[in-house]
Amino acid sequence: MSQAPESLTAKLIPIYIMGKRYEVPETLTIMKAIEHAGYKFIRGCGCRGGICGACGTVYRRPGDYRIHVGLACQTVVEPEMVLTQIPFYPANRASYDYATMEAVGAAVGALYPELFRCVACNACTKVCPMDVEVMDYIAAVKRGDLAEAMRLSFDCIQCGLCASRCMGELPQYHIAQLVRRLYGGKLAPATDHVDAMVKKIADGYYQQKIDELKKMSVDELKKLYTAREQEPHQAPELWKAKSAEGL
Amino acid sequence: MKIGYYPGCTLKSRAKNLEDSALASLAALGFEVEELPRWNCCGAVFSLANDDLIHHLAPVRDLIRAKDAGHERLITLCSMCYNTLARANLLMKHDEEKRKTLNLFMEEESDYFGEVEVLHVLDFLRRELGWEKLRAAVKRPLEGLRVAPYYGCTLLRPREVAIESPDLPVMFADFLRALGATPVEFPEATACCSSYQIIANESAALEASAKILRAATASSADALAMSCPVCEYNLGRRQGDVRSKHEGVGELPTFYFTQLLAIALGLPQETLGLKWNEASSLELLKKKSYLTVSA
Repeated sequence: MSQAPESLTAKLIPIYIMGKRYEVPETLTIMKAIEHAGYKFIRGCGCRGGICGACGTVYRRPGDYRIHVGLACQTVVEPEMVLTQIPFYPANRASYDYATMEAVGAAVGALYPELFRCVACNACTKVCPMDVEVMDYIAAVKRGDLAEAMRLSFDCIQCGLCASRCMGELPQYHIAQLVRRLYGGKLAPATDHVDAMVKKIADGYYQQKIDELKKMSVDELKKLYTAREQEPHQAPELWKAKSAEGL
Repeated sequence: MKIGYYPGCTLKSRAKNLEDSALASLAALGFEVEELPRWNCCGAVFSLANDDLIHHLAPVRDLIRAKDAGHERLITLCSMCYNTLARANLLMKHDEEKRKTLNLFMEEESDYFGEVEVLHVLDFLRRELGWEKLRAAVKRPLEGLRVAPYYGCTLLRPREVAIESPDLPVMFADFLRALGATPVEFPEATACCSSYQIIANESAALEASAKILRAATASSADALAMSCPVCEYNLGRRQGDVRSKHEGVGELPTFYFTQLLAIALGLPQETLGLKWNEASSLELLKKKSYLTVSA
């Protein structure tokens, strides 16, 4: 059992990481609790901000048969919780030629024939830490409604927990990402400002900057990253960076 | 009150002509129809294995959606969806043990006891409108059009979900007569088109279709009417393959029953979705001068 430093005043509570009991400060997120217990993340922890989807946790509470889920970086520990990380799931991911691919349901179905193995058990929706209606977007893809599937899957952070629970072995999140790509590039109405920006980038707007970054050492890159201007917490809606540096 | 409507996946893609013509016709006949706000694939076939409950989740979940949306009745167009939903509904109504297991598994949904009534649109029209009123609503009678009503399997089998007596069905013929068409009797009206066997056993499937098409042609039908996208695929879309492999099969235009309804009600051509039919269907309608283009 790990020993909490004396300087910590938070109450210690027991949690079970992969079945082993640890006492951790009750104020910690699951991710920090795992680190507190002595584990080191070299993968399976990305942004620590609830966005990247790398730190999916599944856990149980005492006396409850249900599986609960959360992102380790966002979920605070509970006494007696039994947890494990599922940072990655070996879900099938199809290769495709985006340029020539038609944005229709049949094309998605051809790449992912397992789509039609869905039995509407709803395990995917129940396990989604982002409360995405996964089963419903899969239903929308099956009937070729890519716009609806895009809309329903928009909050997906690609954690893969849906796939981990699927009895039909569907890689829901990869299917949804493909659908959003098809929608964004081939179905969504074109807008002038996006077209202008794409042209600007294609014409080499960032090329010099990229070339400079490529030449930098790791230390220089770290320094640049740390010193970058960040959007403050609770920033007003119309917040703008002072310079275009780093944009 | 608006009537709940379950479309089914195929009606949103390859069988858009079935949905478009039906919704336009129902609206023209004064029925207010509302698509379920949430629905998933019905599963397409009703699982027959006694211990295979997992495949009942999909249709039952759709029935729960209908109930939650406040619908007492749910209408469907695709024969496969009708059959699957109607049978799942009976299971939830009468099999207490399975109902309990399914409701327990779907604990995130409302409990379901088979409260919603599942109706196929052909039966719905007979009950709610009746053939006399339909006849009165017809603006362009399909006079002289000889139509073979093709039921296929799933509107009449098994008996407990049959839209009418499977021994001597008359509903489809009565419907066509109300539209002013001449229904022709043919011995294969309730034969199976081979359904999904077209994927696993193509030659047997084409042979089954050939038998049906040959019988319809022999009864000198001008067209074949149906309500199932799988039948339409086998008998319509694959008709060229049937003809190339089997003798004595003439070219026979195919229609969904709702397309003939929309034509008879005088609805504009764009409600028919004819681009999803084979070319022969459009040619026949042109020959008979049945088409109207809205101004």
